[in-house]
Amino acid sequence: MSVSYAVKSLSQGARELIAFRIGDQEFCVNIMSVREIRGWTQATPMPHAPAYVRGVINLRGAVLPIIDMSARLGMKETEPTPRHVIIVAQVKSKVVGLLVEAVSDILTITDDNIQPVPEVSSDLEKQYARGILAIDKRMICLIELEALFPEKAHDKESEAA
Amino acid sequence: MDMNEIKEIFFQECEEQLAELESGLLKLNDGDRDPETVNAVFRAVHSIKGGAGAFGLEELVAFAHVFETTLDCVRSNKLEPNQDVLKVMLKSADVLADLVTCSRDGGSVEESRTRGLVKELEALANGEALPAAEAPKAAKPVAAAAPAKPTDDSGFQPIPFTFDGFGEEEKVVEQFTYEVTFKPTRELYSKGNEAALLLRDLSRFGEMGIACDMDQLPALENMDPEASYFGWKISITTPKSEEEVRAVFEFAEWDCELEVKPAEASEGEELPMIPVPFDLSSLDDEPAPQPETAATEEASANVVKAVNAAVEKKESAAAAAAAAAAATQNNAAAAASSAGQTIRVDLDRVDRLINLVGELVINQAMLSQSVIENDNNGVSSINMGLEELQQLTREIQDSVMAIRAQPVKPVFQRMSRIVREVADMVGKQIRLVTEGENTEVDKTVIDKIAEPLTHMIRNAVDHGIESPEKREAAGKDPEGTIKLSAKHRSGRILIELQDDGGGINRERVKQKAIDNDLISPDANLSDEEIDNLIFAPGFSTADKISDISGRGVGMDVVKRSIQALGGRISISSRPGLGSTFTMSLPLTLAVLDGMVVTVAGQTLVVPLTAIVETLQPEASAIHSFGANQRLISIRNSFCPLVDVGRILNFRANQANPVDGVALLVESEGGGQRALMVDAIQGQRQVVIKSLEANYTHVPGIAAATILGDGRVALILDVDAVVGASRGQSLKPEMSLAAAG
Repeated sequence: MSVSYAVKSLSQGARELIAFRIGDQEFCVNIMSVREIRGWTQATPMPHAPAYVRGVINLRGAVLPIIDMSARLGMKETEPTPRHVIIVAQVKSKVVGLLVEAVSDILTITDDNIQPVPEVSSDLEKQYARGILAIDKRMICLIELEALFPEKAHDKESEAA
Repeated sequence: MDMNEIKEIFFQECEEQLAELESGLLKLNDGDRDPETVNAVFRAVHSIKGGAGAFGLEELVAFAHVFETTLDCVRSNKLEPNQDVLKVMLKSADVLADLVTCSRDGGSVEESRTRGLVKELEALANGEALPAAEAPKAAKPVAAAAPAKPTDDSGFQPIPFTFDGFGEEEKVVEQFTYEVTFKPTRELYSKGNEAALLLRDLSRFGEMGIACDMDQLPALENMDPEASYFGWKISITTPKSEEEVRAVFEFAEWDCELEVKPAEASEGEELPMIPVPFDLSSLDDEPAPQPETAATEEASANVVKAVNAAVEKKESAAAAAAAAAAATQNNAAAAASSAGQTIRVDLDRVDRLINLVGELVINQAMLSQSVIENDNNGVSSINMGLEELQQLTREIQDSVMAIRAQPVKPVFQRMSRIVREVADMVGKQIRLVTEGENTEVDKTVIDKIAEPLTHMIRNAVDHGIESPEKREAAGKDPEGTIKLSAKHRSGRILIELQDDGGGINRERVKQKAIDNDLISPDANLSDEEIDNLIFAPGFSTADKISDISGRGVGMDVVKRSIQALGGRISISSRPGLGSTFTMSLPLTLAVLDGMVVTVAGQTLVVPLTAIVETLQPEASAIHSFGANQRLISIRNSFCPLVDVGRILNFRANQANPVDGVALLVESEGGGQRALMVDAIQGQRQVVIKSLEANYTHVPGIAAATILGDGRVALILDVDAVVGASRGQSLKPEMSLAAAG
């Protein structure tokens, strides 16, 4: 269950996370997987794509799929406005854009700050949540992106294609 | 750089040398007697041998050596390169290529093939009245290797090499003694050569005495650490010719003072140095050998014995040496001029550059667009500057594309080998004539045309050209001709494959098509339509399935792979006179000519090559067919109408065809479909971007591109869409959906 992080250099067990907001909830991911943050631009819809794939945009010549994080995490679909942001993140060998409401914080934490995920019935939450942080009376859920976009499935399906 | 990387470079160079070799041999075959051509061929084999030796690829060295020996006879005009000789040589070139491939990828070449050719080559080298000079030469590797020290620590091994029929002659090889003065210059070392290794190579030739000349060694404080101060005087007794002794220094020739001369009889006693048997092991650590007086007397005795024989040979040898020296000089000059200035660049880097430039073009277009929008009178200096920028970016794009452009020559050369092999197998006489080999096309295209072209060439040899008897009966030259040509035409490359065979037997093709249920027996087809039946899936006219062609996969595979490249193929045939296949291919796979269309509010690009025509359907031409199929009548034939927006799930209900535009497309099955789109925006060249890199393959979509406004547009996969309209489902296979 443990996530392997590249940086341990800050201090003993410290790591940096980037926190973002979806609706009234806050989530965070390892800052090392984030390439850049940019504003929302209209995406080109993909045929036969699931609801959480908003489409693709042009990121300096590369075709970048945009994932509606709200829809991906099982919440309602986002109605994007120019105030929404796209977190460009590296997930294994692929680069994806995560559509979120806003980036709220950059956190420096140690492993002690992370509380285990409480037993919940939903499989979806169990699948991506790696821990819970309590910061300034806020609750921030630590997400493992690799679990949301497993690469093995990619390979298998592209071979089948 | 580790050994494997160096080896990789060696194999890359081998490819080039092999191409050089083959083109040289083909030139000779066409009657070219330019000594430079012979030299080029020789050089190619020699370089492969040299490199292979360094990597211990024994099989390769052994074969290249025999080949080289025979070529040397041609080079020195001892062997006339007539058709028979060249046939053997071309075959040898093929085997050499196979040996190179095997050395790289593992596996082995059938020994019988190699051995057979070795014998033929030897017979050539030796058959023509040169027993004294040539026969021992061919047998030399054994004779020389045996007395040399068996191995040394650095892994160099003498090559075990036996030739049937030479066993007797080996023993009575004449020995010569040479005096070699070798003084390397600093360039020799700066180029990575090592005098000790050269000396060690030389020592393998026979008994060698060596003395180091240290006269020029300055005092320590004046010494330049990178300069060369040592020279060597070597006396060697060997069965090799003077030329071969020189050949040891071939790669260092320009960076040293080298003198090789047969030893004078009188000098046997007066040598200013002490000849010693040369101890190889001492070289590994210590370049300067230690004299060993114990062996001196014996060695000098040998020298004296051999010298007598050598003196007689002296004059002819000196003449030969002069000729050889002149030849090598020519070689070097010619090599320098013909090679041009090239660098090796990793393909990834070029691709990256091409991507970036594509990006630049898009950005420039976006910038222009927004300036035009904000610039009402349109005459500002910004506007003018932008126009210049536009021109510059176009030029940059063209030049960058040109980097990846390669002549089709290597592919054409491969074809000549296939013609040779297949013609041999089926007992036909066929000449391949190529034209326009220097036509350039993107490397990605080159890599992909080789396979369909191979298939077509095999077909042409197997089915196209008749047997010599038949040809004679028809009053034709018994030797058939296949012409392969390439040229540029309107931004595409046109490859034509023409044979002067019997042409397509339309009766048989039609019968076959009827037998295979491809057409109905009463179908009334034009000649052209019948000819094109050979591209239908599952069609093969060969009555029996032969090894060469007609394995059930036929021209339909060829057609499909050409279409996958965005190309088209057609055939025209005249009975009794032959057939011509014409392929038209895009110059690059990085850009594509597309029609930009609107479908359900989205912008899509349809590859222009797929579109036959566009039309505005009238209500009267649309006919409902069954529950939800619609047909459109075009010149009295009915064609299924496919709503692209519906197929791609962009809208829930079929659009009204009268409001849109129909694109008549031809798909892989040969059937036509009318694709319904809402509107046509225009035609444009677009840069192809991969969807798979960050997303996944999307059925119905071939790739993506970026339009002038910076947005991503999808490129339609016409075949998949047509397939879907036939009932093959476009399965939504969503990898991003498959979480967990």
